[in-house]
Amino acid sequence: MSVNRPLPHDAAPLHVTGAARYVDDIPVPVGALHLCFGLCDVARGAITALDLDDVRAAPGVVAVLTADDLPLGADCSPSAHDEPLLATGEVHYAGQPVFLVVAQSHLAARRAARLGRIEIEEKTALLSIDDALAANSRFEDGPRIYTKGDPAATIAAAPQRLRGQVEIGAQEHFYLEVQAALALPQEGGDMVVHSSTQHPTEVQHKVAHALGRPMHGVRVETRRMGGGFGGKESQGNAPAVACAIAAARTGRPCKMRYDRDDDMVITGKRHDFRILYDVGFDGNGRIHGVDFTHYTRCGWAQDLSLPVADRAMLHADNAYLLPHARIESHRLRTNTQSATAFRGFGGPQGVLGIERVIDHIAHELGLDPVEVRRVNYYAEAGSDDAGALSAPHAERPQDFNVFPEDISSRKKTHELRDADPTSRGAVEALPEGRVAAAPKGAQTTPYGQEVEDFILHGITDALLERCDYAARRAAVAEWNARNPVLKKGIAFSPVKFGISFTLTHLNQAGALVHVYADGSVQINHGGTEMGQGLFQKVAQVAAARFGLDAGAVRITATDTGKVPNTSATAASSGSDLNGMAVKAACDTIRGRIAEFLARYHQARPDTVRFADGEVRVGGEVYSFAAAAQLAYEHRVSLSSTGFYATPKLAWDRIRGAGRPFFYFAYGAAVTEVALDTLTGENRILRADILHDVGRSLNPAIDIGQIEGGYVQGAGWLTTEEVVWDEVGRLRTHAPSTYKIPACGDAPEVFNVTLWDGENAADTIYRSKAVGEPPLMLGISAFLALSDAVAACGPVYPALDAPATPERLLRAIQAVRG
Amino acid sequence: MEISFRLNGEDVTLSDVAPGDTLLDWLRERRGLTGTKEGCNEGDCGACTVLVTDAQGSRPLNACILLLAQLHGKALRTIEGIAGPEGQLHPVQQVMIEHHGSQCGFCTPGFVVAMAAAHMNGATDHATALAGNLCRCTGYAPILRAARAAEAEPAPEWSRDAPPEVAQSDAALPESADALAALLTQAPDTTLVAGATDVGLWVTKALRDIAPAAFLHRCADLRRIEVGADAIRIGAIVTVETMGRAIAQHHPSFAELIRRFGSVQVRSAATIGGNIANGSPIGDAPPALIALGARLHLRQGDARREIALEDFFLEYGRQDLRRGEFVEAVSIPRQPDRLRCYKLSKRLDQDISAVCGCFSITVERGRVASARIAFGGMAGVPKRAAHVETALQGQNWTAETVADARAAFAEDFMPMSDMRASAAYRLEAAQNMLTRYFHEDAGAPASVLEVRP
Repeated sequence: MSVNRPLPHDAAPLHVTGAARYVDDIPVPVGALHLCFGLCDVARGAITALDLDDVRAAPGVVAVLTADDLPLGADCSPSAHDEPLLATGEVHYAGQPVFLVVAQSHLAARRAARLGRIEIEEKTALLSIDDALAANSRFEDGPRIYTKGDPAATIAAAPQRLRGQVEIGAQEHFYLEVQAALALPQEGGDMVVHSSTQHPTEVQHKVAHALGRPMHGVRVETRRMGGGFGGKESQGNAPAVACAIAAARTGRPCKMRYDRDDDMVITGKRHDFRILYDVGFDGNGRIHGVDFTHYTRCGWAQDLSLPVADRAMLHADNAYLLPHARIESHRLRTNTQSATAFRGFGGPQGVLGIERVIDHIAHELGLDPVEVRRVNYYAEAGSDDAGALSAPHAERPQDFNVFPEDISSRKKTHELRDADPTSRGAVEALPEGRVAAAPKGAQTTPYGQEVEDFILHGITDALLERCDYAARRAAVAEWNARNPVLKKGIAFSPVKFGISFTLTHLNQAGALVHVYADGSVQINHGGTEMGQGLFQKVAQVAAARFGLDAGAVRITATDTGKVPNTSATAASSGSDLNGMAVKAACDTIRGRIAEFLARYHQARPDTVRFADGEVRVGGEVYSFAAAAQLAYEHRVSLSSTGFYATPKLAWDRIRGAGRPFFYFAYGAAVTEVALDTLTGENRILRADILHDVGRSLNPAIDIGQIEGGYVQGAGWLTTEEVVWDEVGRLRTHAPSTYKIPACGDAPEVFNVTLWDGENAADTIYRSKAVGEPPLMLGISAFLALSDAVAACGPVYPALDAPATPERLLRAIQAVRG
Repeated sequence: MEISFRLNGEDVTLSDVAPGDTLLDWLRERRGLTGTKEGCNEGDCGACTVLVTDAQGSRPLNACILLLAQLHGKALRTIEGIAGPEGQLHPVQQVMIEHHGSQCGFCTPGFVVAMAAAHMNGATDHATALAGNLCRCTGYAPILRAARAAEAEPAPEWSRDAPPEVAQSDAALPESADALAALLTQAPDTTLVAGATDVGLWVTKALRDIAPAAFLHRCADLRRIEVGADAIRIGAIVTVETMGRAIAQHHPSFAELIRRFGSVQVRSAATIGGNIANGSPIGDAPPALIALGARLHLRQGDARREIALEDFFLEYGRQDLRRGEFVEAVSIPRQPDRLRCYKLSKRLDQDISAVCGCFSITVERGRVASARIAFGGMAGVPKRAAHVETALQGQNWTAETVADARAAFAEDFMPMSDMRASAAYRLEAAQNMLTRYFHEDAGAPASVLEVRP
């Protein structure tokens, strides 16, 4: 069968020969124009004058647009309609686009864009978390709070108590392909847009809105992205809308790709956080109660910040059963780039918060942090301690109703809501289902979801044994006793990550499958390919349904004209959702072929077999191609759509209660580092990972996601420092100043193994999502550095992130007391 | 100007090449060869890596900051020319597929070309050979596995290029130091382009017009390395990569510093003369050269003069370089090797130094007989630590002396704070580098790069 096999990425032969086409590689028709934004360099103020004469007079310039030229506003926000394409009177961050140059070449547009003179009456910019708190500048009226039990009383009554905080820096996506779009005007005012986006439907919606047309007048196509990581969930809207508007005005194809520096200055990054904690625990390190405060710096626009901050709260427990917990989340509005989706979507910051608490407790008690983790873990699925979770799923109370009955009584006339319902930013756009309480006695998260598939006990035991943790921990201690300058550190960290969009209605997907009369199969679905191997995985699913080799299946570019109303390829959900939708479509066609052949041969449809490229019915054997041809000749439809909606979900994000996640994905890592105590320079020596992807659809692709996620997570917490200056200008706007991991930063010894088990939830071939969870394994590198710092003195390191050499040296001095 | 080069085996002659035309734009926009990608347009990501061959051999270069004129007389191979004429995959392409070395694929052409170059040159230190190629998807593990897997395969014949024979086509492409001297006498405001790793950014990022410009790569007499009894003389357009190999046997720590200088793509373009003449306070070669007592050889017309390298750097942005004068060579006095170079940056590879400290301290009978110490990143220019040297001179070579000398750093340096490091950190790290020198001299391990798992 074609699933479970480590086949190469479908585009690998194109990648290695340079033949894989990205938006900027698409040949453009003669007369195509090129776009560049003119940016402001002031973080906050009012535009008092805009002198664009020199821009208009520059060689090759065809048009220059400002907000005044956009009667429909051209909003680019995925949520709150607060992101005009071009600044309207006020500027809200340094780097905000103020005007748009349309020119005959990319270079001519860039040159001209620098000639604009923007006069701004500056206002005091709110740049930091403290600035925003002092000004009470926030999204939503106040903090969001989730509570379980009675944390205040429990913390106060616990034998021991610790308070602390951790600062967590931002992260630039640094997808290798910058934001890019190409708009091709069509007859009758229609528009075709090629966009490097994770969310073609969102781009379609935004372009349609900007052009004042229904969505059916806009078709968006995305063959592939050169990396996304969340940075192309909403950030691709602006260049696509700009191209479409310019194309509509000039009647000529318009293309835009940001220069790298512009890309980094304009687009949002991972949210930086400050997390405060107050924890009560006992002598074994068992947490009795914990209180977290999350301060989230969201930047100037709402974008996806609310669900990001929600997900941080939803991962404040990570792998640990918190008997009493309170999580308070502040979503702060600042005059910086609008922080946006980034692999993990707030989850990593939430996880780092609780991992920091565990590490701090272990230091306080002088225990191995692994032991403190174990005593706080949720109980293993199927164990006696797991309470109600040993009951079969079907017997659990089912009270998840996604169609509330009272909806019609609220409103007589159903108007089109102003929000974009296909976006994760549309947090409160739809009424949610009734939320059921978890069964009595069940172990629950702070938001009331029962944890019924916990497997980290087994993963932890297996990983620690496999990587020889105990002996290596002793060897590290011995090394540290012997060496005055270089210290080593070793740390373990687990991840439990919730899988599903927390905006429940987004958990749906569509597919379109064609079987041609020659037996070749073409599939299409709403997911986008950004390197994660989604197309290959889904092709393997389709091939398996028809009993074909994966090579017989062709996946085509994501296209809003083929599958409509898609969700972003995000939340790790790509193969879960689209794999199921494609399976449904394939099964429809397979069923028709089987039914036809059964009729043709007087057999029962359920005896028709599809395997090894053949179709068997009774004693007859057809090649799949022959079967397809015969079916065609007998007027059987060989094309079908498919649809999937994730079951069991019901979530109230305001109360923080219900079941936001279909299941959890798990993993764990051990990292060993070396640290130079004279300068703070450091290196990852070794990393061992055991990660749960259920029954892998493609083990090679999954391991690739885990290796890449780990290194990206380690980069976030070590070398990747986003720096703004005192007036809010981004100082790290190119790879010369912003340092993602390079080849030499990969762990010298890097062992990644897949956990052998299948998803307890009924997912596509019992696989699990893999995109985001491994990023959090990079936290073990941060904790290992903290462990090495701790070897320098008696005080707890309280390391902030990213742990640059400078921060590490400061921490070393601090622990020496 | 008119230039000729060989592109994927086919001879190309271009007329009307402007000094600021980059190879990348030409490949993608004029030639339709879109396999070579623009990732950063500043030579830092390697997505635009191409393979360039001339009489010095084959090496990977970044096409985004390679100006077309620099190709005159060279052979160029892009990703489209890495597979064989019948479409046969190069061994590095094959292993990249088999080992799942591509995910989004955008960086992959650059990786493949860099791997093909390393493969052809027999390089097996893959992390160094690929330090100039950024990948955001894979975490590099499968790419490193692929590179190892290709080691045993022979380089295919089709990938071996011979540079075309070309004549001098333009005065802006001088063929000797004499010709350059004459050109500069006539037109002293000419922009000199050697490797274009700095000038390239004036073009791609500052959008500056660099005309008039002269391209130096055909001045063979500026490319000599002469190892004499008293000094090693390095011509101005010797690439940093070539210099690193030449200096390794004399001063291995300098060679290790150069291993971490830029990336192989940058080192293979950048010249030692350029690294000095641009006067950057954060160039990595000057501190090492100053610590070695290097002399700078300057030429203006037929007039030549020689100065101590540290005297060349007057203040930020200003060098002791007269109108029409150029750097002809730098020479390093032969000496017993006491040099240790410490490059401090956020990322170990391919990062600009926050501090680059270079120390050459000679100890005789337990006392410091001489100390030459120089830093980059600590002042507006690469600068000697004169007070620190004085504090050490004649003292017992002990931990106490090293501790006592710390105070002198603040007399030599008032570093600044920027996105790379704060002033306080720079100063403290610089002080600690002296401590590290002392530890290393005593045989204690003091570099994280030497720790094995």
